[in-house]
Amino acid sequence: MERDRAPSTAPAALAEDEVLAVRDLSIGFRTGIGELPAVRDVSFTLRRGETLALVGESGSGKSVTSLGILRLTPRAPFCRITGQVLLRGQDGRVRDLVTLPEAEMRDVRGRDAAMVFQEPMTSLNPVHRIGDQIAEAVRFHEGLGRRAALDKAAGLLELVGIPDPRRRLSSYPHELSGGMRQRVMIAIALSCEPQLLIADEPTTALDVTIQAQILDLLRRLQERTRMAVIFITHNLGVVAEIADRVMVMYAGRVVEQAPVRPLFGAPLMPYTRGLLRSVPRLDLAGLGRERLAAIPGSVPDPLAPPPGCSFAPRCGHFEPGRCDAAMPPLEHAAPEHLVRCVRWPELAAGTI
Amino acid sequence: MDGLAADPALLEVRDLRKWFAGPRPGPFRPRARVRAVDGVSFDIRRGEVLSLVGESGSGKSTVGRTVLRLMRPDGGSIRFGGADITALGRDALRPFRRRMQLVFQDPYASLNPKMTVEEIVGAPLDIHEPATPAAERRRRVEEALSLVGLLPSHAARYPHEFSGGQRQRLGIARALILRPELLIADEPVSALDVSVQAQVVNLMLELKERLGLTILFISHDLAVVGYISDRIAVMYLGRLVEVAPTRALFATPRHPYTEALLSAVPIPDPTVKRERIVLAGDVPSPLDPPSGCRFRTRCRYALPACAAEPPALREVAPGHFKACIRDDLALASAIGAA
Repeated sequence: MERDRAPSTAPAALAEDEVLAVRDLSIGFRTGIGELPAVRDVSFTLRRGETLALVGESGSGKSVTSLGILRLTPRAPFCRITGQVLLRGQDGRVRDLVTLPEAEMRDVRGRDAAMVFQEPMTSLNPVHRIGDQIAEAVRFHEGLGRRAALDKAAGLLELVGIPDPRRRLSSYPHELSGGMRQRVMIAIALSCEPQLLIADEPTTALDVTIQAQILDLLRRLQERTRMAVIFITHNLGVVAEIADRVMVMYAGRVVEQAPVRPLFGAPLMPYTRGLLRSVPRLDLAGLGRERLAAIPGSVPDPLAPPPGCSFAPRCGHFEPGRCDAAMPPLEHAAPEHLVRCVRWPELAAGTI
Repeated sequence: MDGLAADPALLEVRDLRKWFAGPRPGPFRPRARVRAVDGVSFDIRRGEVLSLVGESGSGKSTVGRTVLRLMRPDGGSIRFGGADITALGRDALRPFRRRMQLVFQDPYASLNPKMTVEEIVGAPLDIHEPATPAAERRRRVEEALSLVGLLPSHAARYPHEFSGGQRQRLGIARALILRPELLIADEPVSALDVSVQAQVVNLMLELKERLGLTILFISHDLAVVGYISDRIAVMYLGRLVEVAPTRALFATPRHPYTEALLSAVPIPDPTVKRERIVLAGDVPSPLDPPSGCRFRTRCRYALPACAAEPPALREVAPGHFKACIRDDLALASAIGAA
């Protein structure tokens, strides 16, 4: 089994400006027909104020990775997490979330790291007023009284751009639009000023004009708080807009990781290339009637993966004997550019 | 307002209205009316792909369903192949139904998990051509499957054995087995992953060319729509605000809502920097839409006059229609900016 290393080589601590270091994170689910490896050997680091986009299609393991970081996956023995997740807390202490006792984990969630989910309607409790739902986190983590917590909640609603925040405190979730609900979710996530925000497809359920509002909001809030953000999405347009660095996942593994410009400008993994070519681009639309370059086939069955590279059966550069021999290692193509493909030197040189 | 196309159109929709009963504003008071579609007119020529784009609540799906006569319109007319189908009853509609078929958004919910592919894809034959002999039925199912890139051997399988993209192919095969003239596809690729989405978009373009299909493509995704359509109609709160050939709509949008919508779509290229027009607030409630132009409450170019009259859809360049009283605007192009 190969060992993937993030660019940082610090063994058990975090560099000064780093908030999070994930090392060799693997997550497996127990099923009736054996363990299903959802995430394998994921490693990355995240600095203060940085946005890492986690990109992949359904089943790539991107959401499970984020849930695993906060240990929101089912408990053992139904789910097994191995590896290290080092997070710097508000107090400056570095904890390994994989081994942290559940009681302490509860303090970490919401205070040091918070999460925003895709569907704001199912994430909010329909029978509680939104003011109380925002105040809950503050009361739990900061021990504020109800009145003080509600004052803080009103301030948070104002921060996320909800008009008339005082009155909105007593609204129920169903009285708000989708975009407003997502703003409330962000207000809850930010209530304790976390070091790390994990946003799992936060704009996928929203209309484009509302998505633009939310992306704008997240950018402003990040500038202000310098929090680190993991943004999970399948939308490459959103990635291009918000990410500093991008990590592409396929079939549970990282297949490419790079700063946003080289990733879009000179991707090395054939899957990343295929993904970028299959996206219709608005600014090129209607220019000609050329076909989109679709990737043939679909993602492999995680319980019956192909031998060697998981992408090999769909890859245009597949070479028998090399690509199906063993899982290619994640290699440095450049200091900040990691790629998992045995043919990347040829791809980089443009010879294939 | 009429004469959107010079040559005879396969589908002519005029002043279409569909209202739904809303909540009661108080006890013993009549229900409010949700004007989901409020005076929509357009044509689709034979062999053309017209896309209807808009955000949630714009009424685009209601237009699709009303055109198919899955719902009875509350006003206006629908002519299909020259015949008025606006008020036809169930039996009179039957011969038209086989000529217009629907592809659904969710390939998981729209296929019965207890039926085999052969039963699912062949179901329209059972309704419209019940006398088809078994061998012929089987042959037509296999033909429809190969048309969408699936194998004849798939006929014996069940939907759960297929991936999302393959399921959507099944949905398309079912829609095509009767060889319809008009295909109405309501967000057919929205539930699919990007790489698979491209497969299905390509398939639809290929089928359009091979079978001479006419397609009404309903979607919220402007980038996908840009690939597939000949013309695009933009809806906002139950009304059309702009209709234009694809290239013209993107290069020279004429309605402020189109401009904002185009600018909100993120471009998958970090080197492209555009000015983003962020619309304030949400779409107003269709229970109580703004007077005059419905977009004026979020429009950065709105004038007091915009509140007076609902602006008519008028032709401002050949084939380019807009419903906006302001002709003095220079709106941002989605293409020039890149």
